[in-house]
Amino acid sequence: MKYLPLLWRTLFRRKVRTIFTLLAVLVAFTLFGFLAAIGAAFSMGVELAGNERLVMIHKVSLIQLLPESYLERIRATPGVVDACSHTFFGGIYQDPKNFFMQIPVDPECMLRMYPEFAMPEEQKKAWIADRQGAIVGRQTAAKFGWKVGDRIPLQATIWRKQDNSQNWEFNLDGIYSGTEQGTDETQFFFHYKYFDESRQFAQGNVGWYVVRIANASQAPQIAAALDEQFANSPAETKTTTEKAFVQAFANQVGNIALIVRSIIAMAFFIILLVTANTMAESVRERTSELAVLKTLGFSDGLVLLLVLAESCTIAGVGGLLGLGLAAFVVPGIPTGNLLQDLYVPKGSFGVGVALVVGLGVVSGIFPALRAMRLRIVDALRRV
Amino acid sequence: MWIFSGLFQAAVVTVLNLRTLPNRLASSGVAVVGMAGVVAVLVSILSIAEGIKAMMANTGSPDTAIVMRTGSDSEMTSILLNDDIVVVKDAPEIARASDIGPLASAELFVGVDLVKASTGTTANASLRGVEPAAFKIRNFKMVSGRLFGTGRNELIVGRSAAGEYRGLAVGSELKLGQNVWTIVGIFDAGGTVPDSELWCDAGVLAPLYRRGNSRQTVFVRLTSPEAFTAFKDRLTADPRVKLKVMREQEYYAGQAETLSKTIVVIGSIIGLLMGIGALFVAVITMYSAVASRTREIATLRALGFRGGPVVLSVLVESMILAVVGGGLGAAVAYFGFNGYEAATMNWSNMSSIAFAFRVTPALLLLGVGWALVLGLFGGLFPAIRAMRLPIVTALREL
Repeated sequence: MKYLPLLWRTLFRRKVRTIFTLLAVLVAFTLFGFLAAIGAAFSMGVELAGNERLVMIHKVSLIQLLPESYLERIRATPGVVDACSHTFFGGIYQDPKNFFMQIPVDPECMLRMYPEFAMPEEQKKAWIADRQGAIVGRQTAAKFGWKVGDRIPLQATIWRKQDNSQNWEFNLDGIYSGTEQGTDETQFFFHYKYFDESRQFAQGNVGWYVVRIANASQAPQIAAALDEQFANSPAETKTTTEKAFVQAFANQVGNIALIVRSIIAMAFFIILLVTANTMAESVRERTSELAVLKTLGFSDGLVLLLVLAESCTIAGVGGLLGLGLAAFVVPGIPTGNLLQDLYVPKGSFGVGVALVVGLGVVSGIFPALRAMRLRIVDALRRV
Repeated sequence: MWIFSGLFQAAVVTVLNLRTLPNRLASSGVAVVGMAGVVAVLVSILSIAEGIKAMMANTGSPDTAIVMRTGSDSEMTSILLNDDIVVVKDAPEIARASDIGPLASAELFVGVDLVKASTGTTANASLRGVEPAAFKIRNFKMVSGRLFGTGRNELIVGRSAAGEYRGLAVGSELKLGQNVWTIVGIFDAGGTVPDSELWCDAGVLAPLYRRGNSRQTVFVRLTSPEAFTAFKDRLTADPRVKLKVMREQEYYAGQAETLSKTIVVIGSIIGLLMGIGALFVAVITMYSAVASRTREIATLRALGFRGGPVVLSVLVESMILAVVGGGLGAAVAYFGFNGYEAATMNWSNMSSIAFAFRVTPALLLLGVGWALVLGLFGGLFPAIRAMRLPIVTALREL
């Protein structure tokens, strides 16, 4: 503790340099937070997708429909706890650019299947009782300023009603929010019954099934058993875990994660160079001062620690401020309709703090070693 | 006269600065590398958006158009009945060939799950059923193999799709659901959207997907680009049908918009953040450059050099470092990423599309320009400091 004033003095020996190095580190860690958020958004919640949920789609493509009659057969399959059908609605709210997923479901089944969508009990009840009712995620509701009780008109692109009209209207009965960071809060759910009775064609067909199984380790066997049941039928199926399904979808967007990681690495390398250079310069300038310290009886180890403390302080203050800034600023960055709202994943803060420490040590270690090995006589002889 | 002597002084000081650069190699090197990193990252991310935009914009020519049902925003969601198609094909604005009649192709567009060669996971590829006119409407040439035979379960594969997915070599068989297809050829659509697609005979695809004689879209080649307005007006005014007519170019440009906008936003934020970081690095570098030459600068001032030229010389040095770094970064982006092939998803119809990164001259200029701006601001405060140095105390410094 008694060395704090000394540390303080050396840090502010060249005020401008210290401040700007600190700022450079701060920017680097803000960037780190931003890139972590982008990475999380592009992975589309793959970390959150459960292994105890399976997704069954038509074998040829997600776009092909499956018969509604599969539902009971899926539920009767050993190992299966529950199953629900989903269908892609693809309606437009006001402008085609306002894209969000709309899915007709059996409300009770959907609420059982996704406990991570939290909603007040009375809203759940109201939705289940209201045939034209719908619920929507917090994020989409906020974007369009919807409130519970609003009437939401959607323009169908695929599913016209029986009178050939494209206009579907729903009562907003509830707004759900995710129980976990990163839960998709953009989707819009409404009654499958209303959908099926009103649509012009393809009655009795659904888009895909979500299946809950009792034991995640049984997933491959259950998926195989499910697909076997429907083999050689007009609508063969392909069942995978929700995780694999989301992963495949995310892979299709491109290997963004790799690009993101290379950018982080690059930015870090540069910042490391800068801080290391600053530290080296600062130690070089102080050669004679360090020699004086040693003459006064400071041990080699203490000198090493003092220099390391200096670099770790710069990295620590800059890095933690940067991470904090990222957590504060990133959620406000507009992403358009493509990605979910950005957030810095909690795990990234751990990685960030580890990087802060690493940066402090690595940038300081060589000048510190140099300072430690300094021979008093040589150092004092130099002017 | 005053200006000339000022410029002369600035030139002298600058040359002096640059000749002492080797002494400050380490810190100047850091500034150059920092700047190079900023520019390389900025340019390469924006080149992704450029690539997608270019690929989409090259698809279609001024005289081709796409006809869908009103209310559809992509091929995927459109459906046209036979009556609609007959009306479209009768339009006199459509170019005609002696052998196949109107250059109009009524097409089906379905998604099929294929396995990506790079990751082993499935992706949604586009399978398009076409009519013979399609070959004369699109930019199309066969690379290997032959065309599919009419009425047969045969597929031809776009150049990018052939590389993107497993099991699409000429001669191999592909099982989609219960149907077995033979791959008979590879085609090249000149870096446009169909390069990522699989094509077959629409007449074969329709019964397999229970589409009867309905189709999804009609692609047409018009007699001239100017005929588009008449064509559009004719079809939208016709009371028998409800159709939406777009130029093919507009249609694909619209599909690229969301994705490329997002990438531009992300790229700009990263470029801005890294740029601010590099700005600080430049400031540190130039401060230490000024600090290490305190006595030289003071000597010059004592000899009668004015403050302005000293400021200018520091700025010039900082901008030279920035340009060298920026140029280096632009070169890295150009040689590392230009033409780099990648695939992503077309969000409008959830299907996979291939594209190449495009490092355009405009992007290179943008990158180097950004580096110059950073260099200018990075040098400004140190330069002012150099000018303000009190000569007497500075000379006394060691």
